[in-house]
This record gives sequence, structure tokens and C-alpha cells, in this order.
Amino acid sequence: MNIDFATAALYLGGFLFAVGVAGVLVRRNAILMFMSIELMLNGVNLTLIALSRTLGFEAQVLVFFVMAVAAAEASVGLAIIIAVFRHYEVVDVDRVTLLKW
Amino acid sequence: MITEFFFLLFAIMAAAGAVMVVASKNPVASLMFLVLTLFAVAGLFVLLEAHFLAAVQVIVYAGAIMVLFLFVIMLLNLGHDRSDLRSMAGRVTAVVAGAALFAGLATILGRGAVTEMAGGMGAETVRAVLESRGAMGAVADPLFRSYMVPFEITSLLLLVAVVGAIVLARRKAP
Repeated sequence: MNIDFATAALYLGGFLFAVGVAGVLVRRNAILMFMSIELMLNGVNLTLIALSRTLGFEAQVLVFFVMAVAAAEASVGLAIIIAVFRHYEVVDVDRVTLLKW
Repeated sequence: MITEFFFLLFAIMAAAGAVMVVASKNPVASLMFLVLTLFAVAGLFVLLEAHFLAAVQVIVYAGAIMVLFLFVIMLLNLGHDRSDLRSMAGRVTAVVAGAALFAGLATILGRGAVTEMAGGMGAETVRAVLESRGAMGAVADPLFRSYMVPFEITSLLLLVAVVGAIVLARRKAP
């Protein structure tokens, strides 16, 4: 039973990551791309938790750090989105072309 | 039996919520589906015996980060139904890319090396640590012994993030 849970969680983690990648590709709104990145992070966290049952609690410590970095990333990223919105009045990544070659 | 039922329930909630995050037109609806996904993943954490991280997941992710997203969506007045999904070709490309990535990951898992690791010999040791130290102690032990310095650096990272967010989002002084 335990083995089944961990294996199923590994597959689900892979699925969440793949959905997050598709979300980053399909969305143009920067905030929704960010939410897709959160999905990817959750897929990775789920994978680590599934493996932590046999590989030890270091994996859970890693998930803890991932969550802290995700919080920092979300706050700074959303601040950047607000700054971009002030400048362009949009959050559409196709229309923010200042660095486009 | 009941744990299998809840595992299946949370897994379906997480997968369906994730798909709806990507497919939903309204940003607020997307965010609510993301909260659903995060709660379901927290439930899976409990079933995988990571109780402390399930609590952190609900408090930090579903609580703090999602409120931050909601504030920004409402601050920028984005709660309308105008779709920001790409054109049909872009959607097909994204779905194909996601499906290919999942197929690749599933193939790697299907070969058995990783899943064997997940069902490997360490399970009894981990269970014993969990029994003797409890859910908090089992995580706190490596966190405050082996990973003390990274833990302290995390606090520095969060401080930098707070200052950086304020500096970036602040209106320029006239």
C-alpha cells in the first residue's frame, strides 16, 4: 500500500509539472504564468515528499526551502508585475517588448 | 481502504484543479482552482506522512502566497473574462509540449528505477524515526543540525525579498 502511494504521487507530481509547463506556454497574462510556475513547484514538492518516505527527511527539509524560496519569488515577481503594469498599463507578456531583440 | 479513497480523491482534485488553472478564462477562477490544487496536495502530503509540510503548505501557500496573488489581481483590475489564452496553434503547441513532457517523465518512472527507490529499503528506518521523534521532530532534526546555515540564509533571502518587493512596487517619489 505504501509503495502504491509513493508511486502514484510520483506520477501525479510529473503530471502537475507538465500542466505547469503547458500553462506557461499557453498563457499571456504574466500573473497566470506565475501561477503555472507555482504548479510546477508543487509538482516537484510532491515528488520530493513521495521520495522522502524512503530516502529520509532531508527531502522534506528541501521542500521547506523550496517553499521559502517560492514565497520570496512570488513577492518579488508580483512587485515586478506591478511595476511593469504601472509603465505599460498591461500585464500581457507579448506587449512588453522593451528587451526584445 | 479509507486512505486509498482519500488518496484517490485528493489526487483527482489536484489533477483536475491544475488543468482548470491553465484552462480557465477568468484569472480569479484560475486562482481559486490553484487554491483547490494546493489544498489537495496538502492532503496528499498528510497521506504521505509529511504532516509538518502539509501544515506549512496550507499556511504559506494556500494562505499567504495565494492572498498575495489575489491582491495583485484585484489591484490591477484583471478580474474580467477576457481570455489571455494564446491562439489555437499556440494552445496545440502547449498541450503537445506538456503531453510530451509528461510522457517522458512517465517513461522514466515506468522503467522502475525511481519507483523502486520510492518503495525501497529505507521505509522502515523513516517510519521508526517518525515514531520516535514525531512529525515535527523528524523534520526539525536535520533542519536545525545539518542545515542550520541554509536555514539562516533563508531568513536573509526573505528579508531581501521584502525590501526588494517594496522598492520595486513603490511609486516613485514626485
